[in-house]
Amino acid sequence: MMCTVCGCGEASVETGKTGADHVHSHDHGHDHGHGHSHDYGTGLAGVHVPGLSQERIVRIERDILSKNDSHAAANRARLAELGVFALNLVSSPGSGKTALLVRVLSDLVGKVPVAVIEGDQQTSNDAARIRATGVAAIQINTGKGCHLDAHMVGHALDDLPLEPGSVLFIENVGNLVCPAAFDLGEAHKVVVLSVTEGEDKPLKYPDMFAAADLMLLNKSDLLPHIEFDVAACVANALRVNPRLKILTVSARSGEGLDSFLDWVRAGQALARATAKAAALA
Amino acid sequence: MHEMALAESVIDLVEDAIRDKDIAQVKSVVVEVGILSHVSPEALLFCFDAVCRDSAAAGARLEIVRVAGAGWCLDCGKTVPLSERFGACPECGRHHVQMTAGDELRVREVEIG
Repeated sequence: MMCTVCGCGEASVETGKTGADHVHSHDHGHDHGHGHSHDYGTGLAGVHVPGLSQERIVRIERDILSKNDSHAAANRARLAELGVFALNLVSSPGSGKTALLVRVLSDLVGKVPVAVIEGDQQTSNDAARIRATGVAAIQINTGKGCHLDAHMVGHALDDLPLEPGSVLFIENVGNLVCPAAFDLGEAHKVVVLSVTEGEDKPLKYPDMFAAADLMLLNKSDLLPHIEFDVAACVANALRVNPRLKILTVSARSGEGLDSFLDWVRAGQALARATAKAAALA
Repeated sequence: MHEMALAESVIDLVEDAIRDKDIAQVKSVVVEVGILSHVSPEALLFCFDAVCRDSAAAGARLEIVRVAGAGWCLDCGKTVPLSERFGACPECGRHHVQMTAGDELRVREVEIG
């Protein structure tokens, strides 16, 4: 959602500090009283009126997501220079992303520099939960938006105290559809799926599982109490993404979190080493 | 409804393209949307109408050109048609297919009036 005043999103950024960041409200309504007609031309110019002069056509030939992708590339360059390992956590609402994050942060805090960007449509409840662990968190409220985009995250990076070599967790809006399309500049998308959801979710919402590099199958402590076929879920996830890494975890019991933390630390070490090597070049 | 954000991106790209040109009106905007992409054409049309109002493309018609899906089947060693994202190869039935077409989300051109 681009604001025409400053080119900034409709999203608001809440830093947990007093003092206003820029916030926009847009409340103009739209009505639709007209229909559409579509004829898909197959002529040389790809236009719908045969013989139409070429001067009346302005070629654009750009990907619709190219603007987001250029913001994402800028974020990625900025994070790489700092040696920051950034993860984009995505899932449906209620999968336990925030609980998982709180648990992981309590293990990391004091050992490695870490920061969090929280995305929700409204409230700063999640950022407050994160800050209770002692970790700096920025809340982005997307308003009507259903996903974080790279431009919002760029603004959040302006406000976030980010130590070189940090781990940055970006918790996306709970939505298993839209965030798949928007690169934020992260190293990896991590998709969280809880065992209280269906094992066919990777087939129902394949884009997210295809876009992710790691899947955390969360709430494993509930497995004895419910009918959930872990093997079928894993097979479904691997069908849409044969390269997907999968860990079974529980934010509650702590199962599997050591493996996740090892993976995070390995990524962080690589990001740091890469930044160091690039600085010498 | 990420179609709203996509519609806004379409408008941004159109405004960038015509900014320095003397153009009275944009008559239509042609976008390519692959049939395997994560976009609903109906939702994109609806959102485009909503967001084009206050833009340089006000009143423009959005034309959506659907691009057919295709993939490279690793087992058959050839390009096969795909009707479903992450779908099986229509010939061998296996899922070792890498999508090669149908994922397009592109602004092709605008027609000016």
